[in-house]
Amino acid sequence: MSAVDPTFDLDGQPVALQPGDTILSAAARAGLDIPHLCWSEEVSGSASCRLCTVLAEGRPVAACVTPAVAGQKVECRTPSLATQRLRLLQMLFVEGNHFCPGCEKSGNCLLQVQAERAGMTDLNFEVLNPERPVDASHPDVLFEPNRCILCQLCVRASDEIDGKRVFAIGGHGIATRLLIDSPSGRLGDSALSVDDRAAHICPVGALLPKRVGFAVPIGQRRFDTEDTRG
Amino acid sequence: MNASSPSPRKLRVATVSLAGCFGCHMSLLDIDERLFDLVERVDFDRSPLTDIKTVGEHDRCDIGLVEGGLCNAENVEVLRAFRARCTVLVAVGACAITGGLPALRNHLDVGDIMQSVYGRVPDDPELPLPLNRVLPIHEVVRIDHALPGCPPPADAFWQLLQDLMAGRTPVPAPGLIRYD
Repeated sequence: MSAVDPTFDLDGQPVALQPGDTILSAAARAGLDIPHLCWSEEVSGSASCRLCTVLAEGRPVAACVTPAVAGQKVECRTPSLATQRLRLLQMLFVEGNHFCPGCEKSGNCLLQVQAERAGMTDLNFEVLNPERPVDASHPDVLFEPNRCILCQLCVRASDEIDGKRVFAIGGHGIATRLLIDSPSGRLGDSALSVDDRAAHICPVGALLPKRVGFAVPIGQRRFDTEDTRG
Repeated sequence: MNASSPSPRKLRVATVSLAGCFGCHMSLLDIDERLFDLVERVDFDRSPLTDIKTVGEHDRCDIGLVEGGLCNAENVEVLRAFRARCTVLVAVGACAITGGLPALRNHLDVGDIMQSVYGRVPDDPELPLPLNRVLPIHEVVRIDHALPGCPPPADAFWQLLQDLMAGRTPVPAPGLIRYD
């Protein structure tokens, strides 16, 4: 970073920005973590999870879709935003069926690690236990809607990277769900291939390639640390 | 310790496994030699480690550790007794906090499950009635703290007990919050 690069201020740290940057993309390039679930540098932003909400000049905005502005003061690690993130994560946990101890995504799951980092020890709210049948019809990819957080990463990856538009979001409110473009509505009858980016981009365990679950031992998974017991 | 200063009162600790697998209790025992420090500073009330049948029978209990969620009427009765007689109640492990793996049955009909497992609905009067849904304990009583994990790491138990014994609000250290 040279002295003439424009920067903005993130929690007291100068962050260099380039044309077209959002607050989140600039921070990510600088190695600064803004908590997020539905953002990936591979696809366009959607601002659906709101975990990346920051205060830009005191105004709450989604860092993943808000353009970075030179000289702007952005706050991410404030006590009230931390509480907001915690409540948001707790709501995501109670409105699905998230059984970490038995999930093959455990240790590689972005929802799990964001909740751990947010210091979530309890659920706070009443669990909803929705009834969502598993779709195992595809030979190579499992769709486990109980774990879906409606982040739309698969929707965008299928559209923007794979050019297939296999997924969409349908319904309203608590009935909102992931739809699959096939005559039966089942994944096995869709155009999805296990080689598609959409089959691998899921941050939770809702879309998973089959026959690789639990292959990586505890201690070597993506988000395991030295503290993770073996 | 100075011989002239009175020994601090030992804290009373009760533990129970409701709809759990005793894995959390095994993890508590995994604090290993620190157990010697612990028994110097606490007395165990009702617990699988003692033969006391009712929590707080003779004296109010300071700390109650509850493993497991609620799958039947007896679980609810025991939990309510813990809440009534323990000053600080801690939900320990995934099942107490979320319902855990026993809650996988929540989208199934209890009668259908009984029929499929036993071929009939067991009706012995000694059997507690099952709930139609496995509940996390915070849906029935107020909890003061939660210790996540399946099971929580032994170090997380030790830190929680040390914090509570010192009168501090327990805040798990980074790396000690695990859900699996």
